[in-house]
Amino acid sequence: MHPIFFGLLFLALAPVFGGLVAGADRIVTARMQSRVGPPLLQPFYDAGKLFSKTSRQINPVQEPLLLGHVTMMAVTGAMLLGGTDLILTTFVFALAALLLVLAAGSASSPYSFTGAERELIVLLAVEPFFILMMAAICKVTDASTYGGVLASPKLVALEIPGVLLTFLLVAVVKLRKSPFDISTSHHPHQELVKGLTTDMSGRLLAYVEIAHWYETALLAAFTVLFFNWNVGLGLVAFAIGYLAEVLVDNSTSRIKWQLLLRFTWTVTLLFCAGNVLALFVLGV
Amino acid sequence: MSFLRRSPWILHYDASSCNGCDIEVLACLTPLYDVERFGIINTGNPKHADIFLVTGSVNERNVEIIQNLYRQMPDPKVVVAVGACACSGGIFARAYNVQGGIDRVIPVDVYVPGCAARPESIIDGVVRGIEALEGKRALARRQRGEKTA
Repeated sequence: MHPIFFGLLFLALAPVFGGLVAGADRIVTARMQSRVGPPLLQPFYDAGKLFSKTSRQINPVQEPLLLGHVTMMAVTGAMLLGGTDLILTTFVFALAALLLVLAAGSASSPYSFTGAERELIVLLAVEPFFILMMAAICKVTDASTYGGVLASPKLVALEIPGVLLTFLLVAVVKLRKSPFDISTSHHPHQELVKGLTTDMSGRLLAYVEIAHWYETALLAAFTVLFFNWNVGLGLVAFAIGYLAEVLVDNSTSRIKWQLLLRFTWTVTLLFCAGNVLALFVLGV
Repeated sequence: MSFLRRSPWILHYDASSCNGCDIEVLACLTPLYDVERFGIINTGNPKHADIFLVTGSVNERNVEIIQNLYRQMPDPKVVVAVGACACSGGIFARAYNVQGGIDRVIPVDVYVPGCAARPESIIDGVVRGIEALEGKRALARRQRGEKTA
């Protein structure tokens, strides 16, 4: 089947997948806190409600930027599965995140502005890793597309375990989980931590939610790259990894942005760059 | 059933409460009552909220804040006054700096009595608030329909 078909499939199914993961996340989190938790479809109810509310736009660029954020996030996934160069998709991924920063930064609220600054720091912390990760995956599989990696006879997770370990740590940041949830978080809906969305109401906030569903699906697609022998195996690995991140989320408190930056860069340099270097030295 | 009914997000503001009602509001989030079962989220942002939950009475200092928070909430929205002070000013009603209940400054849809209001009655008040929210949405729809017709 043509890879573009998979790209289109991602556009249609990723929000459903991401929304269900978010619903399951809320139930698992509640159970870890001895609560019952909301229904599985709660994220969809929330988004549906946000679309039915009035949306106040504080300036004319906010909505186009947020629409761009959702679109670019969806396009990143479609490009990834649609057979575009892997490294190129990481740049589009960064652009999607940057549009959210611009949307938050366009508001005059100091909380929103602080949120935008923090999201920029988050980008600074994780982007070098994603580029290195894709470079390492391309190197070990001798392929530059998603289909190429899946067709490779080598199991990527076994070839570059250091990169996989770093991916698990960086995914905590991208999934908005504690202790790295400095710009926005799933749980405490308070001023600074929800700063990024301070000035977004109604459907504008729904765009951010839907973009996050796409982002979750994208991270699942990245996980499959590591377990390239079988898509099912990759999704099981994603489920186990996600459970571990919910556990970490519930058992740690938030750190400062300085520590986030130091931590992610150190881990990226040590495990990810170290792993890539080892590949070159060993001549694999 | 509409989405609004399944996902009421609450903004809680402590006007000049003695914290008795506030503790009970927080108790609603604990494992015993767990209001998240109904999709209720305690948000800190008026622009994300559907239900404005106010505890305590209105005084000279917080009247502007209450009005400002109310104005910042997107429609449809409802106000739930929790506890005797928010309903009428309570035992502080005749104090020199107290103006009275919340309905002195913004329209209140649901009154939850009690000093302090019990978590069960707060949850009941929020459920009544959701019904009021539905009513307001239907009204807004009718008005929009009349305009376009």
